[in-house]
Amino acid sequence: MSDHLPVLVLLAPLFGAITLGLFGMKDHRVCLPVVLSALVVSLCCAIGIVLKVHSGGTLDYFVAGWKEPFGIGILLRADAINSPILVVIATVALLAAVFTVRHAGERDSEKTPHFYILFLLLCVGLFGITITGDAFNVFVLIEVTALTSYGLIAIGSSKRCKVAAFHYLVMGTVGASFYLIGVGYLYLKLGSLNMQDIHTILASNETLADSRAIRTAFVFILVGIWTKMAFFPLHGWLPNAYSYSPSGSAAILAPLVTKVSVYVMVRMMVSVFGLDRLEANVEWGHFVVWLAVIAIVAGSTMALAQREIKKMLCCLIIAEVGYMVGGAWLGDPQRWGLTGTVYHILADALMTSCLFLAAGAFAKWHGAIKLEDLSGIFCKMPLASAGFVVGGLAIIGVPPTCGFYSKFYLIRGAIEAGQWVYVAALLASSLVNAVLFFRIFEIAYFGKNPVESHGHGDDHGHGHDSEPVVRREPPLQALVPVLVAAALVILLGLFNGPVVEFIRTGLIETAAVVSTGR
Amino acid sequence: METFFKEAVVPHFNFWIYVIIMMIGLWSVIAKNNLIKKLIGLSIFQTAILLLYVSLGVKEGATIPIIDHHAAELSLAGDAAAINPDAIANPVPHVLMLTAIVVGVATLGVALALCQVIYKDFGTLEEDEVLQKIKALHDDV
Repeated sequence: MSDHLPVLVLLAPLFGAITLGLFGMKDHRVCLPVVLSALVVSLCCAIGIVLKVHSGGTLDYFVAGWKEPFGIGILLRADAINSPILVVIATVALLAAVFTVRHAGERDSEKTPHFYILFLLLCVGLFGITITGDAFNVFVLIEVTALTSYGLIAIGSSKRCKVAAFHYLVMGTVGASFYLIGVGYLYLKLGSLNMQDIHTILASNETLADSRAIRTAFVFILVGIWTKMAFFPLHGWLPNAYSYSPSGSAAILAPLVTKVSVYVMVRMMVSVFGLDRLEANVEWGHFVVWLAVIAIVAGSTMALAQREIKKMLCCLIIAEVGYMVGGAWLGDPQRWGLTGTVYHILADALMTSCLFLAAGAFAKWHGAIKLEDLSGIFCKMPLASAGFVVGGLAIIGVPPTCGFYSKFYLIRGAIEAGQWVYVAALLASSLVNAVLFFRIFEIAYFGKNPVESHGHGDDHGHGHDSEPVVRREPPLQALVPVLVAAALVILLGLFNGPVVEFIRTGLIETAAVVSTGR
Repeated sequence: METFFKEAVVPHFNFWIYVIIMMIGLWSVIAKNNLIKKLIGLSIFQTAILLLYVSLGVKEGATIPIIDHHAAELSLAGDAAAINPDAIANPVPHVLMLTAIVVGVATLGVALALCQVIYKDFGTLEEDEVLQKIKALHDDV
């Protein structure tokens, strides 16, 4: 049983989706238990994979036992880089599922099973991208993820989300096709689609690895993946798609989809093309770090200009993608930048999840769409707002939240690599984030509250003799995910030592593979 | 010019054709205003990539990739000459493209469904008109 963990992670949500398709349409009460149990199984498997990788190193699994020499094997490979990401995907998906418990289908309840089928298939795609060891499967699973996201965005009732989904579809398909072209060139030159094989062939043949076709392939793959992760000049689809989608969809799409694309980039760099080859071409690294700096600055600036909560958070995602891409390309000898990137994938997934869950709760139970609408939210929903505050502090980078530590590792890498522009951009963006979130906190604490303004005169404030402030938390199924996400943000920060050490064993292991491959 | 034609175009004409078709598709995605025309461009774009892959597997004078039983057994026993790889077309890119065709069809289906919903909501499929109507929605908020 425990040998099959890598495939069970995928199969649980896949069979959950099939079950819902068969039985969920007739009886909507089937949906929730199936979704939750599928995700819990995935979470347990993911944790099991982490434990196995921790004790025994990289796990290889051939689906249906077809081994690689036939050239048709589907390899699942779990190592120290991707196994923590699996756990985070399962956790965030579970939180989002709990969040959607009652209101996924409240507006038009006949769509509830459809929503959950797409939700589970999205999880299959995300798990698959993370765990597969085959470059072509990554393409297929990227498209599975993308198609389900289009559905999840367009399922909302607003008119705007359909147009946003259409634009996302066009951009996303072009991006995925670019990735496919890149993989095609790799196959053309190397005759293999297995990432490990590609790496060994490239490492054994230096002239081939430096050939123009391989470089072109790499550029195509990078541009395709950058489109998928909304790296700055290619970000156009993201703000509308995520801010107009229903809260339940945004709570799973925004934290995970872009982060998993960043992981694909890291995987391509580390175990397909090889870090030392990339580091030999230093000017590439400088170029990408400059692009990342532009992305960070642009994302932060756009965030300052937004007046809607979700739009602002979406712009922050664009800035965070800039952090991660820049960190991965720093090229410092100790690989602290890359470590920071992988750690930031985990951290950013959790903190974005926390913020989007809280923003979803505010929108649903307070009707807060714009920043001004948040006034008095601290009195009305103290616990949910506390979750939002934790998420906000993590984005700013206040210790002991995980955002502080990921920035710490990224900046350490940047200093060792001498990329001072990147350090400056990171710090400036933190300041902008502080401005953004403290503006929100100010509105939420001291903003004009129609109830509070009556009791302005007396010394105890808070409207003692006038109408008391009504405390009305969002219902438990929304409150619990927000608080759990906030707690995880802090826990991941407190336990950053072991997590980072674990990730670094993975990075060093792949580096060792490089040296033996020579 | 003639040497360029002989050295770069003729031996790699499949790449030239794929790039030209792909650029036609991409141009249509970017430049056309009608959403359906954009989708047609997107399909052309994807089909060009299918053509690239399919042309990878082709070998001149090769046959279908079905290996007869005897030769397969000899080959598994270690006789490298039992199967002549030049006589068999490479099936892997073709099989990969089966998957990619399915992905393309699914994408097109979702896109057409979205177009239908957009047409229902806005009464038009011209992108600039849709965007104008969305702006009008913005002012209501």
